[in-house]
Parts: sequence; structure tokens; C-alpha cells
Amino acid sequence: MPSLGADMTAGKLVSWHVKPGDAVKRGDIVATVDTSKAEIDIEIFEDGTIGELLVGEGERVPVGAVLATVNGGPRPAAAREPAATREPAAAREPEPAPRPPPAHEPEPAHEPAAAREPAAGRRPASPLARRTAADLGVALDHVTGSGPDGAILVRDVRVPAAGAEPDRATTMRLAIAAAMARSKREIPHYYLGTTIDLEPALTWLAERNAQRPVAERILPAVLMLKAVALACRQHPAFNGFWIDDAFEPGPGVHLGAAISLRAGGVIAPAIHDADRLDLDALMAALRDLVRRARSGGLRSSELTDPTLTVTNLGDGGVPTVHGVIYPPQVALVGFGSIAERPWAAGGMLGTRRAVEATLAADHRATDGISGAAFLNAIDRLLQTPEQL
Amino acid sequence: MSPQPLATIDDARRAVLDALVDVAPDLEGTDIPPEAELQADLGLDSMDFVNLVAALSEQLEADIPERDYSLLDTVEACATYLRDRAEVR
Repeated sequence: MPSLGADMTAGKLVSWHVKPGDAVKRGDIVATVDTSKAEIDIEIFEDGTIGELLVGEGERVPVGAVLATVNGGPRPAAAREPAATREPAAAREPEPAPRPPPAHEPEPAHEPAAAREPAAGRRPASPLARRTAADLGVALDHVTGSGPDGAILVRDVRVPAAGAEPDRATTMRLAIAAAMARSKREIPHYYLGTTIDLEPALTWLAERNAQRPVAERILPAVLMLKAVALACRQHPAFNGFWIDDAFEPGPGVHLGAAISLRAGGVIAPAIHDADRLDLDALMAALRDLVRRARSGGLRSSELTDPTLTVTNLGDGGVPTVHGVIYPPQVALVGFGSIAERPWAAGGMLGTRRAVEATLAADHRATDGISGAAFLNAIDRLLQTPEQL
Repeated sequence: MSPQPLATIDDARRAVLDALVDVAPDLEGTDIPPEAELQADLGLDSMDFVNLVAALSEQLEADIPERDYSLLDTVEACATYLRDRAEVR
């Protein structure tokens, strides 16, 4: 069970897309997994032949559990996923525990599941979970643990006791709570903001869009995404991860686009190599991502790959957003609503359409002065929209 | 989606609701009153909105210019817009 983000401790295998004996190659979708946020299509990270499916449909298992074996690869398939080099987010899923549990270590053991299986009898469970289970008359043998090493926590005991699985809104809330609490516990955030004149960008965009049918027009948000992506190239210290007391640069500029879900909650899947997409391709990528976030079909790599998250709260009608960084990323760029503002320049006062851009950044990785340079780079890039 | 008749306001409303559920599948099965505001009540973001406009444009078999976007703020407003544009097409 790959970790699909800082907010995931376990997942339910919804369906298999392969069976034993099937030939698979890297990138194929082999299963669909329900994280607490969404149903995600799981990609395999090696070529081979499916050996045995070890987890049945409908089963919920902790992150790190082996889902299936693959012949032709030296190690169990699922166990390898978090180790893949392009899977930095998955690889480093250290729980806030003092010592990361084996399931979350960047280099999983060769047989993580077997190693974690308790020898016999007593299953690992927290004292509170045991007491609650006893109170509720729940047998621990029938409970799937979501804690480190598959340990049973009190939340695992309460779920079956309530008689039904919690609904999506509840699990989504819990997942966000876990990730955001971890972020605020571990990451010393600092915040910067600047007001960016969008008049040149919006004028250029309106002219461009006027010549195109609806389906080919692009949104102002796409210009901002592209500006952030290009600024990441100039300021790579904001594009990557903080792991084990060190910064690790992202393998590419994979922007996480925060998408609000109508049922509640938010998800921020990656637009891969956003700095290398032209505006039309970036618009198409965002459109596709929003559609799949709404209707299902996000891929595992899209959840684990983001190197920097961009949140655009312009639709929410607020001028400013101070973001919370999604660990282990080191920064988050926020945009508020685009609005006409009083604008003083050259001794004159006029009005311009402008947007407030903010940066929430990890002070372990960067300092305010480099954050200011990063924000100013975004501003500069938006003044020459034809070059985006 | 293939174009549907838009001659009456009922036809147009139906076309708008179909387009809405197409761009926002999570709204399917929910009660959508005609006066519902696309953004405030139905939670459409700007990407959902341009997808909706693209779908309406397809229904209309005509372009919807950006300057008309501000007219399209409720389900009913979209339906009225479609019907009026369909009349002159």
C-alpha cells in the first residue's frame, strides 16, 4: 500500500485491475485504492508479471503493506513503490513519531509485510485501543490497525463499533487534520505577501481569448501557475522537500494545484513539469485534473509528486490567503481574488486590476530574503505574459 | 453532448441542468433550483464555470464571448440566455 501523501496512514483496496499471470509494465494502473480522500488509481513502478494478489478487494491495510508480488522484480511490487526515486513524497512519510516506523522508511525492507506481522497471539494495539475494544466488546482480531507497524489505534476500534464505515466527509476531514496538524507542528512557517499588478496580463489574456472559441480560452489562474513554475526554476530552494534535516530539490517542477471539493475538503494533485508546458497545455492539464478530482480517476503519482503547492482562493472572494505547507514540501504559494485596486505610480493615483500573492515557506529550508526574491520573480514574470 | 432543442425556457433549463451535471458530476442527484447561483450556491469554481460555458456553447452551436460571462450567474440566467440566443440563430 503506497503512501499517497502526508495525510494517509492506510488505504482500502477497492478493486484490482490485474490478475495473477498478467504482464505489467511501469506506469500501468494495477489497482484502485480508496485513501481517506478519494479513490486513486495505483500505478506500478516496475515491469514484470503479477504473481500473487495478497490483499483482497474491500480490505483496508496500513501504508507499507504488500499488496501483490511481481515476478521479474527483485522485491515485492508495492513495497518498492515508496522507494522509487521519483516518489519523494511517498518515500518520506515519517510520522511525527521519534523513530519512523519501518513501513514509512524511505527504503522499505525486502519483506516489509512479513517483518511487521506480529509473531503470534497478541496484536500490537495502543492501551487506549485495548480498553475501548474491551468496553465495546470488539475483538481485536477483526480490526485492521492504521498505526505504525499496523498497530491498532482507538480510531480503528471505534469504526466497526459504530456499525458502518465513516463517510467521505468525515475521513477527508481526518486526513486533512492529520496532515495540517503535522505541518504546523513540524514546520516553522514564515509568511510574505506582495500585490501584483495584473493589468498587462489580463489585457493580453482578454485579447488572446477573444480570438478563440470557449473551449480554447485560458483562465488567469493558468498564467499565475505558469509564472510560479518558471519562478521555481530561478529559485529552486522553494521547489522540493525537507527530509531528515536537509533540503532535497524536487526532480522537476511538479505543481500541486489545490482543488476544493464541493462535498468538503481539498486535494492538491500534481501537474507534472508545469514549467515546460505552454499555456494551452497547462490549461488542459488543469482542466483534466479538476475533472478527475471531482469524478474520480486521479493517479497515484499525481498525489505523491507535487514539489510545491499553489492555492488559488480567488473564487472564494478573499484578497489574501496565508497557506499551510503540505509536508514534506517547503513552500506554498497563494493567490487571492483579482480585483480593481487603487494604484499609485509616478505621483499619480489610478486603478489597476491586481492580485495578492503570498508565500508560506519553511524557515528550516529558506529565509525571508530568498522568499522575497521568489515572490518578486513571480511578479516580474506576470508583467510579460506573452513570454509565459 | 449533442445539441438539444432550446426553443422554450423549459428546453433551455433542461439543457443547462444536463450541462451542469456533465461538468460537475458530483452535483448529480442534488436538487438544483433555477435561481441557484452557480458560484455561491452550487460551488462552481472558475474552471467548472468555463467548462459549463463550453458545454452551453456546444448546445447553442455558437460562440459565447467572454463579455457575456457576467450574464451567466444562475441556472435561470443561463437558460434565458440560451433561449434568447437560440431564437436569433
